[in-house]
Amino acid sequence: MEADSGVEEPTSAPVPMNRAPLFLLYLNVLVIATCGLIYELLAGTLASYVLGDSVTQFSLVIGVYLSALGVGAWLSGFITRGLARCFIEVELGVALIGGASAPLLFLTFALADWFAPMLYGIVFAIGTLVGLELPLLMRILKSHLDFNDLVARVLAFDYIGALVASILFPLLLVPRLGLVRTSLVFGLLNAAVALWGTWLLRPLLSERGLGGLRGRSILVAGLLVVGLIKADSLTHFAEEQLFTNPVVHAETTHYQRIVVTQSTESFQLFLNGNLQFNSADEYRYHEALVHPPMLSAERHERVLVLGGGDGLGVREVLRYPSVKAVTLVDIDPAMTELSAKFPPLAELNGGSLSDPRVTVVNDDAMLWLERSESLFDVVLIDFPDPNTFSLGKLYTTRFYRLLRRRLTDQAVVSLQCTSPLVAPKSYWCILKTLESAGFYVRPYHASVPSFGDWGFALATIQPRPIPRTIPDELAASLRFLDNEALPALFAMSRDLAPVEVEINRLDNQALVRYYEAEWDRWN
Amino acid sequence: MELSRRTLLAGALAAPFAGLAGCDARSSPPIRGTIIGPNRTVGHRLRDGWRPMVPDGAWEEVDVVIVGGGVAGLAAARELRQQGCERFVVLELELEVGGTSRAGSVGGFGCPWGAHYLPLPQAHQTDLIEFLKEIGVVTHVAADGTPSVPEEALCRDPEERLWVDGRWMEGLYPFTGASDDDRRQWDEFLHEMAKWAAFRDDDGHPAFAIPSRLCSADERVLELDRLSFADWLDGLGYTSLRLRWVADYCCRDDYGLPASSVSAWAGVFYFASRWNGSEAQPLLTWPEGNGFLVRKLGEPLADRLRCGWAVASIVPTGGSGPCEVTAVDVASDAAHGWRAKRIIFAAPQFLAPYLIAGFRNDARRMEAAGQFTYGSWLVANVALRDRPRETGFPLAWDNVPYESNSLGYVVATHQLGRDFGPTVLTWYEPWHGDDARKVRRELEELSWNEGAARVLADLTRMHPDIEPLIESIDLMKWGHAMISPVVGFREGAARSIAAESWQGILFANTDLSGLALFEEAFDHGQRAAREVIEQLAASQDRRG
Repeated sequence: MEADSGVEEPTSAPVPMNRAPLFLLYLNVLVIATCGLIYELLAGTLASYVLGDSVTQFSLVIGVYLSALGVGAWLSGFITRGLARCFIEVELGVALIGGASAPLLFLTFALADWFAPMLYGIVFAIGTLVGLELPLLMRILKSHLDFNDLVARVLAFDYIGALVASILFPLLLVPRLGLVRTSLVFGLLNAAVALWGTWLLRPLLSERGLGGLRGRSILVAGLLVVGLIKADSLTHFAEEQLFTNPVVHAETTHYQRIVVTQSTESFQLFLNGNLQFNSADEYRYHEALVHPPMLSAERHERVLVLGGGDGLGVREVLRYPSVKAVTLVDIDPAMTELSAKFPPLAELNGGSLSDPRVTVVNDDAMLWLERSESLFDVVLIDFPDPNTFSLGKLYTTRFYRLLRRRLTDQAVVSLQCTSPLVAPKSYWCILKTLESAGFYVRPYHASVPSFGDWGFALATIQPRPIPRTIPDELAASLRFLDNEALPALFAMSRDLAPVEVEINRLDNQALVRYYEAEWDRWN
Repeated sequence: MELSRRTLLAGALAAPFAGLAGCDARSSPPIRGTIIGPNRTVGHRLRDGWRPMVPDGAWEEVDVVIVGGGVAGLAAARELRQQGCERFVVLELELEVGGTSRAGSVGGFGCPWGAHYLPLPQAHQTDLIEFLKEIGVVTHVAADGTPSVPEEALCRDPEERLWVDGRWMEGLYPFTGASDDDRRQWDEFLHEMAKWAAFRDDDGHPAFAIPSRLCSADERVLELDRLSFADWLDGLGYTSLRLRWVADYCCRDDYGLPASSVSAWAGVFYFASRWNGSEAQPLLTWPEGNGFLVRKLGEPLADRLRCGWAVASIVPTGGSGPCEVTAVDVASDAAHGWRAKRIIFAAPQFLAPYLIAGFRNDARRMEAAGQFTYGSWLVANVALRDRPRETGFPLAWDNVPYESNSLGYVVATHQLGRDFGPTVLTWYEPWHGDDARKVRRELEELSWNEGAARVLADLTRMHPDIEPLIESIDLMKWGHAMISPVVGFREGAARSIAAESWQGILFANTDLSGLALFEEAFDHGQRAAREVIEQLAASQDRRG
């Protein structure tokens, strides 16, 4: 990179640097070292987040990074001229590649198949460049410092930088900035070092090309700033939806991406990045989904659960001794398998999916309803929110009509229907659609801190009064509902009043469009 | 719909799986496939003069022989049966009825080989509504005649999407990158079409209606038949490339020809005839396309259908006695004969000179028949082991690539609600050029390898990762797929001459309308059957 640079100073001759306090030079080392480790941590974290299995990801990233440092250090031996310029060029390279690494990796993950090659390629490139930095800097400084001091201080600041990075990263950077912005901010720091270097090392640089060097430093910094402004949407999904907590299980199935994250007190299940439950407050959601229909129905011998592959709704159903058979229909065998076998989840659902009364069917609920011939006393519908057309079809008049054919005359259905506060059109669209399919529908809601004010509906073929009392033997096992809280679910406040909406049909998928618009606005 | 963060995330999270699927499939066997009919060998032997002898014992007496088991022939047969005529037979060259509305089955999924939707009939289409009611598609007819259908019979949303600039967007008009002028022209164009949809002549007839015999004969409407759709658009200043692409796409989709070849009458017909006042009529469709309608038409007639019988000759006796029809069993070469009081010729007009004895001697008829030109189509059914990855708006029923020779594909599992796993894509490409015969010969000579490569290249443009997911590509080469509504054909005399009955033979095929549409075929079949019933009743009366 220095061949045509016009930088001709022989490095053996002592050349004065611009006067700068020595601590500034060490600060430089500190920044470089911190940035290097941050990029490594970023790559490891990002790989764990998106690929799961953090032990493997961190081991591989660290291994590749350290070996690349070695490659960089070894390569520095081949650089004999234009050390200062070379150092600044390397800084700019680190700034650009390191700074763009997190957004680039997220984009690669989103848009291409070759995430792993990209990941290790970036880690190797950053490692090599960072490996070049210190030897170059030490050689630049060696004429100004005693060699013993030089090695001692540079390496000391290098390791202090590593400490700073490893403390900042988990405590401040990831929670406050998120991965993408962290990466861009540290890229900016590298670019600042490069730009500052053009003054600091000015006597070591020739006049020719100096302007270009500064121009490029500013360009790189500018690019990173633009990235910082534009990266907002990327960071949004990266941190706020999926990655607040460490991933303890991640798999991509035929149907969806399943991620389980763990915090100190609780764990969370995400499907395609959307939170399905938080173990800290899921009891509120599942008690609200299950007990109103179970208490309202005269019989609950045969219960159908559509969706709800986490087994948590089934756990509530099995609290009733009169339940003889539960059929759970969930499209994804990996989900129901996980619920039955993955220890924290199986513990949380009380092993509900392994109960002899429970039959698990892995099929699309709509296709299953078209074929099914059984009748049910209680049905719980616990699908993910209608954010795709294939989920939207499970909220159509066609779907509810198919469901009706599988109900006894006295049957009671309950369903989760997104937040009536955030997405009133979506909520009321689901209820109106049920009504137009011939159901009597009662709106109700519950506060679930992880979700907010969450909407449900109770649907029956015959009009029925709302349930008001909980038998003592059941009440003892509940954490959320009691004789006061149960009827209170059905009190809809003024801000949850019905709105004018279209009916959701297969041929208009009105709901998916409402849902997209409303949640987009909220985000 | 805008691409939201959620959608982006979902796409991001699905990405590694798509990679895995690709890895799996790379070790899978190569793409299989065949070329499927239509049957040409017997047809060509007959064209070349081969005439089988019918043994004495192999003659049958009937009232009516229907030649051709496409939609027109089946509709005629249905009508005969409804009017109490039971002595008839339908002769069909192929092993199954349906003509260009036939369906197939690939990998366990029914899929169309040709026509694949029917716009919901309007209140005035009472006969068609009656049929749809009979087969359970229409559940209720309102007092004003408007039919109701259950939502599962209508095309599931999303209906269509367009591949433009490397991603899918909803709808057919390429809004991405459209300039203000593009949008203005598009709005004006839609306004112009709405105007034609609302047009009523002095007698109150609409400019465009289905069936097309109800269209106005007003000079303002007919003059549209005297120039091409492209020239007409030029004349009105519709120069937007985006608009012109949509116009061209629609013509190729419905007529198999570009806007520069079809008449402006046909071009406007496409947009203005299925308009219910505020929007286009919703579409009825089935996994196997109009094969569903064909099956419903054919099932109750099973005892009257003779499939795999190639008609060798139709000998009219000029009213002095019954017409004689001879046909050959394609499987065994055995010949059979029918003596019928009337013939309903429900095959396309281009076959008339080959099959009807003496037809060639009628210069007026020959000249009219010569005006009928037909477009060719290549259709492929592509079986997929799994779904390719999606970029942008999700999979729709109709998936169209912007600026491609093909029309894209429809998805056989869309109406089934089967959103994951194996599926079948039905891919369409109209073949056109200055010389329809030459194009037809090129299509005839297309090998499976060439055809499959063509399909694959087009699909790969839209789905770069699709190749390893493809299990098979089956091809259908339609030499005479659709009548071409070229400039002057609608208004010219040829159509009405060809529709006249001739020595006891009545004609019924969608080509008589100059439009290849289910509704037209159905209407012609029914009309011909009703005329036959009248004629037979009249001759009965004379004899009695």
